[in-house]
Amino acid sequence: MADELILLDVHVSMFGMRVRVALAEKGIEYEYREENLANKSPLLLEMNPVHKKIPVLIHNGKPISESLIIVQYIDEVWKDKSPLLPSDPYQRAQARFWADFVDKKIFDAGRRIWTRKGEEQEAAKKEFIDALKLLEGELGEKAYFVSKSIAKLVAWAKRCMEKESVSKSLADPKKVYEFVLMLKKKYGFE
Amino acid sequence: MEKKRDESSSVKLVGFWVSPFVHRVRWALKFKGIEYEYIEEDIFNKTPLLSELNPLYQKVPVLVHDGKPLSDSSIILEYVDQKWKPNPLLPDDPYERAQAHLWARFADEKVLESAWLALCSEGKTQERAVKQAIENLEKVEEKLKGKRFFGGDKIGHVDLMMGFVSYMLPVWEEVAGVKILDPLKFPAVAAWTNNFLNHEAIKAEYLPSRAETVAYFQWRRKELIPVYASYSRWSNK
Repeated sequence: MADELILLDVHVSMFGMRVRVALAEKGIEYEYREENLANKSPLLLEMNPVHKKIPVLIHNGKPISESLIIVQYIDEVWKDKSPLLPSDPYQRAQARFWADFVDKKIFDAGRRIWTRKGEEQEAAKKEFIDALKLLEGELGEKAYFVSKSIAKLVAWAKRCMEKESVSKSLADPKKVYEFVLMLKKKYGFE
Repeated sequence: MEKKRDESSSVKLVGFWVSPFVHRVRWALKFKGIEYEYIEEDIFNKTPLLSELNPLYQKVPVLVHDGKPLSDSSIILEYVDQKWKPNPLLPDDPYERAQAHLWARFADEKVLESAWLALCSEGKTQERAVKQAIENLEKVEEKLKGKRFFGGDKIGHVDLMMGFVSYMLPVWEEVAGVKILDPLKFPAVAAWTNNFLNHEAIKAEYLPSRAETVAYFQWRRKELIPVYASYSRWSNK
């Protein structure tokens, strides 16, 4: 009885990448479908009617959305290989906390940096850097995640890239840059 | 030889009397029959305790179990559910559990956020927020149809996360002078509110009086209207 897995995603999406890395780590086969956010597929609209966002993982016809929830789901269903989250409830809670932190502080602040100007942009920059510093502090001695210098963060990123599952799943940086430039032009954030 | 662990001193909850996020945790602890020490923190006059326990956000609730702190109500609820197994709040099945997490997020990111904005704004911004809040509630109504609780016959994680709708939302509506939860439009939600508030783990014991809550949010609304008005993302749509 084969599992049917479809991932609705956008190549450059940071959220989609998380799911791709998780699936690659577990060695799970799936069908990837690239979505055009300006022209969303009927399947996406059917599978995530509330938010209409990617990524959406469809497992045997049943949809799961929100990248962190999908990752947790993958970890629970394919629990025999490469655990992604700690089994200890306290450490698990810590992992969830940091993941949420990345989303709230880093992604949100990062987005405000390129979509805002002037004072708000400066405030967002500061928030982003403060958040990165905190994240570095947390990385400390740990080999992979779950900061006194940006160097630590870069070193961690390098270690991640060395894992095949990660390097294969991440978007081509040039493509991400082009995508961001296109969005900037489109929404008039110059 | 069995050693009886003194649970009551090993679980502490730092909270603020009127915070719905804190109330959720108190409900969960009561539901699980966990004894704990409650520590009131005035969030407008924070003590060093909060900086020590929650250095990143300095917010309540913070649960401290055997000296280890945890913050964020939904993370705390999941932790409590995993650590104290009897009377589960989250489903066993991974798919059902993922759905519960999704609805928990919807409760905070959509329902609560739109209602909060309606409380802290006026004019066009408030109108938009109310419209958004009603749209969000329509999805909740659909989800509840034919069910006693979000969890089915028993209350669960999503009921606790949505709990503020039963007693806090009416206060915010009164303070803001808006109507969001019309029982005629939302019969399933109205019925759930009743079932929820009458559940023994929820019964008003930890909830502050309506008068105090109204007074508190009247003050907050006055303070926050100018703050939210200056955020470009709220006013520029």
